[in-house]
Amino acid sequence: MIRFDAVSKNYPNGTTAVDDLSLELAEGGITVLVGPSGCGKTTTLRMINRMVEPTAGTVSLRGRDIREVNAPELRRGIGYVIQHAGLFPHRTILDNIATVPLLLGWSRKKARARAAELLELVGLPAEMAGRYPSQLSGGQQQRVGVARALGADPPVLLMDEPFSAVDPIVRAELQAEFIRLQKELHKTIVFVTHDIDEAIKLGDNIAVFRTGGRLAQFDTPERLLAQPADDFVAGFVGQDRGIRRLSFLKAAEVPLRDGAVLPATSPVASARAADEPWVLVVDAERRPLGWAAVAELPESGTLADAPLTPLGHTFSLVGDSARAALDSALLSPSRLAVGVDADGAVVGVADAHELSAGVAAAEVPEAAEDAAVDAAPEVAKDGDAESGVSKDEVAKGADAKTGDTAGSVGPGGGER
Amino acid sequence: MSDGEPLVRWAWIGDHLGELADYTGVHLRLGLLPVLFGLIISVPLGILCHRWRWLYAPVLTVANILYSIPSLALFMIFVKYTGLTERTVMIPLTLYTLSVLVPNVVDGLASVPEPVRQAATALGFGPVRRVVQVELPIAVPVVIAGVRVAAVSSISLVAVGQLIGQGGLGYYITRGLQLDFPTPIVTAIVLIMLLALTTDALLVLAQRLLTPWSRSKVTAT
Repeated sequence: MIRFDAVSKNYPNGTTAVDDLSLELAEGGITVLVGPSGCGKTTTLRMINRMVEPTAGTVSLRGRDIREVNAPELRRGIGYVIQHAGLFPHRTILDNIATVPLLLGWSRKKARARAAELLELVGLPAEMAGRYPSQLSGGQQQRVGVARALGADPPVLLMDEPFSAVDPIVRAELQAEFIRLQKELHKTIVFVTHDIDEAIKLGDNIAVFRTGGRLAQFDTPERLLAQPADDFVAGFVGQDRGIRRLSFLKAAEVPLRDGAVLPATSPVASARAADEPWVLVVDAERRPLGWAAVAELPESGTLADAPLTPLGHTFSLVGDSARAALDSALLSPSRLAVGVDADGAVVGVADAHELSAGVAAAEVPEAAEDAAVDAAPEVAKDGDAESGVSKDEVAKGADAKTGDTAGSVGPGGGER
Repeated sequence: MSDGEPLVRWAWIGDHLGELADYTGVHLRLGLLPVLFGLIISVPLGILCHRWRWLYAPVLTVANILYSIPSLALFMIFVKYTGLTERTVMIPLTLYTLSVLVPNVVDGLASVPEPVRQAATALGFGPVRRVVQVELPIAVPVVIAGVRVAAVSSISLVAVGQLIGQGGLGYYITRGLQLDFPTPIVTAIVLIMLLALTTDALLVLAQRLLTPWSRSKVTAT
């Protein structure tokens, strides 16, 4: 789709922005260019729409050398979103979005109708059409920027740090919206960011650049985290890449046990019989009510009479990743993560130790499913056999040294 | 001024209403056409200076030197070529506006945010289209701020043209001095001030209408 062939960009003052880059970007996917500042990622992006001309090599789009196409015409066929939206302050939101259709010579009416569609597509209310950019928040402006880039339905979209100028909450919203849009539109997107987390979250493929404009690694996010090509990439993706990798593992693959889950109607004696320091009390629909510390249970009666400690937060087996499961374990008063199904009913619990063991099992590439199935009951058995005291220690260890827990996942994965 | 002569004789004004209106019209023409011509010269010149920054310093220097030549001297120079006509007044006034308008066009274009310029290029505006459809409209508030200064100073300068017999309402000032009669002088001064203030107010209104998107105030530079 987009192909760089031995492309270099040198400036007359001797700096090299991009050095001998060869790269092929697949159609219909998000390729993220990431790296420290001055690594040539933005220059690379701008060579695709001829905002920057390479000094050597060729860039081709759908098999055609882009130098054969008149630059403004080429650009009208490629969407472009920049960091500070760059909306035209003197034009209304609707006219901003209609920019490219108007440049292409559409009638004003048709262009505006298209713009109205796009306004809706990016999740902005129709009454914003007549406003001016200065009347919108940064996040809203950025949405308009995306809508404007989609004006003439270009197959290719270039995005230069589009979400980095907004606050983290808005950024997360825009990213989620972006993922949703891409599912609908299937554009070929080249996305520049300096934020490795954003790259991993959004990219189907990631190209890591190093200073001096050299490509360090081009890979899927999973492989980038598991097998960084060298120390530079390993350093850039960060010390906690073990934790990050959990994002790619579905929470559904995490082994859970349900021995410590008891309905509120159960007698106190059954909680003691569970041989756990904490039991999770659930209602008739198995929705979690809270944790009961076995040591503090009343002499008799049911669990409904027991003092309950609030849950912390649960993770969902349907939508969340193993990272959310681990997080849930670390924050739980009992050090046990609570997994719920789509209805919010408790499926089971697991501590950080069990989670990491389960994750390691699930990561074995061959016969991964078998391994996970085998591993799960084994872990559960271990858990049952261990005394409450030792389990508590595991939990404390996880609490005090989260780094260690993360580390135990990281190297485990790296060895394969 | 002779004793007992009032500053304003209202009866004189009443007798000269038609004539005053004519001279006011001439004064407006002599004051505002130079601003229009100045703008016609300054916009392309400003665009060139913005595009090639090295051009700006010499252009601005020439405009400032022109501005520093006393109007009387310029009138005398142009009388040789254009005689005792309105043109002889308007040419120097046009040249004077350049020292305000050229910098304001350049600053106006410089006020276009870099992301906007880049977005325009990236979306497929050619260089000319980008200037006309994106950069100039965004420069309008700063340019109008310059036009306001140029218009007010031009309107008040017209009166000097009376030295070659083309001074608009300036006629009444020399006339009053010759006759030792203050009424026409006061009337002319008040009318000139009113013209300047009204023009300024209309320009502010024009800016509001032309740039509904701009809420922040811009001052002349």
